Amino acid sequence: MKSKEMSSMERVLLTLSHREPDRVPLFLLTTMHGAKELGISIREYFSKAENVIEGQLRLQKKYRSDCYYPFFYAPLEVEAFGGQVIYVDDGPPNSGTPFISDIEAIYHLKAPKVKDCKVLHKVLKTIDQLRLYAKNEIPIIGVVMSPFSLPVMQMGFDKYLDIMHFRRDLFEQLIQINEDFCVDWANAQLQAGATAICYFDPVSSTTIIQKELYAKTGFPIACRTISRINGPVATHFASGRCLPIINQVAKTGAAVVGVSAEEDIAELKQACKNKLTVLGNLNGLEMHRWTLAHTRKVVRETIQKAASGGGFILSDNHGEIPFQVKDDVLSAISETVQKYGQYPVIQEHNEK
Amino acid sequence: MNNLKKYSDDLERALLVLDQQGAEKIILDACQAESPMLDAGELVACTLERIGNAWSEDKLSLSQVYMSGVICEKLIDKIIPPASLLRKDQPKMAIAVFEDYHLLGKRIVFSTLRASGFELLDLGGGLNADDLVAAVKQENIKILLLSVLMLPSALRIKDLKRKLTDIDVRIVVGGAPFRLDSELWKEVGADAYGSNSAEALTVVSKLMEEKK
Repeated sequence: MKSKEMSSMERVLLTLSHREPDRVPLFLLTTMHGAKELGISIREYFSKAENVIEGQLRLQKKYRSDCYYPFFYAPLEVEAFGGQVIYVDDGPPNSGTPFISDIEAIYHLKAPKVKDCKVLHKVLKTIDQLRLYAKNEIPIIGVVMSPFSLPVMQMGFDKYLDIMHFRRDLFEQLIQINEDFCVDWANAQLQAGATAICYFDPVSSTTIIQKELYAKTGFPIACRTISRINGPVATHFASGRCLPIINQVAKTGAAVVGVSAEEDIAELKQACKNKLTVLGNLNGLEMHRWTLAHTRKVVRETIQKAASGGGFILSDNHGEIPFQVKDDVLSAISETVQKYGQYPVIQEHNEK
Repeated sequence: MNNLKKYSDDLERALLVLDQQGAEKIILDACQAESPMLDAGELVACTLERIGNAWSEDKLSLSQVYMSGVICEKLIDKIIPPASLLRKDQPKMAIAVFEDYHLLGKRIVFSTLRASGFELLDLGGGLNADDLVAAVKQENIKILLLSVLMLPSALRIKDLKRKLTDIDVRIVVGGAPFRLDSELWKEVGADAYGSNSAEALTVVSKLMEEKK
């Protein structure tokens, strides 16, 4: 055990360099739980930056997460494009009917300017204020949807797959618009004080498209986009599988990869060794039913499989913990990391 | 059909490279016999089942499953029009996306079932429990297939199930929450679950037999 406890920033930076810090870093990616902390509805919570700032401060303190996560909700960027967001009382705001109904309209689509979008300003204000509390000791993780994955919410998955396969002119046009927007949005968050950007790209996962198609689409798009983002990037597949494309992911410029609960964390860790830090992979969907004993068991097993040598951050598999996950389960995750995540990690079978 | 495996291999290859003309030729060659519905339906169902299962095993992608289903649906509609007497005689079935607008899963299952000879109503997306209860009553639906993306929506199937207690209808669920949490379909009280389009086809075929 190390003599001095590291700050979250030190802990994360050391694991990103594939060395062992004092303990396994924990990114407990809670968003809606902030509303619960403040005793207000999810809709009200996300209506202004002050709520999310207070929510993130409370959640970080309560669960000792090693980051602030000023992510509002997935369809935020669609909202910036003029799309509809639907609120529910017990879940994340969701995208409504896609705003591109006629695919030919892509030729007339214009990306919003970050400086003109009030919905984006809420996030920038949140990051800017969290920076004052973080004091460079706690990483702040900004979020963008990848230019390649955003069209699912812009036009619907079926139409998007249709243009990806049969209308490359429209596909390329939409991707160009989204790339420029994504870069501006990522860099605005970094300028506001984000330490790193989480690049959500579920469509690139082999759950959605085959490896060969990724090589021609999601991969070059990620290479181009990430090279224009002025800070470190974590690519997150939001529960999608990525093991078959992991070597390509490492070449996109990403430093971290968010991985699925459907793949073996030990195998992923081995494949990512010295190339990518693995972020994951607690099953957020099952988590709402976990008992405390089961929580401790799963967290400890995950740490034992993946923590050795650094290059690992414990987190959920999706990048957003469901609202239904109870506080005592989140506390148990945190406590188990504090207890069993200390380096060097002692393997259970060696323990007396 | 003795050559089912060979035709199915050929059809799978054609579908995976999006060769619609090639796929059509294979189906037509396979069913030059006197009962096209039986042969075409069996061939397409068998092939789409393999493709769906290959997705679950991470051998194929969802994009490939979707494109294969869409191509087969078009071809089957061409070979056997929707109103044809050759289509399967079946209890009334419908499919919907429960509480959101992510329609791909529904589209894949819809295409796979239609391409395999089943008829079903597409109720669309963004429907809540009351919308679905009304549709089930009005259309006299006996099998209701629900595609879900979000956990809260999945959990609200319990409410839907309760509202349908006195109605003779089976609920089959699918979608990411159920795939990532294999116990969830039981928790919400669904009658069955399909982790992919192939399983949906199997489950529906079984329920159809029970309902006859």
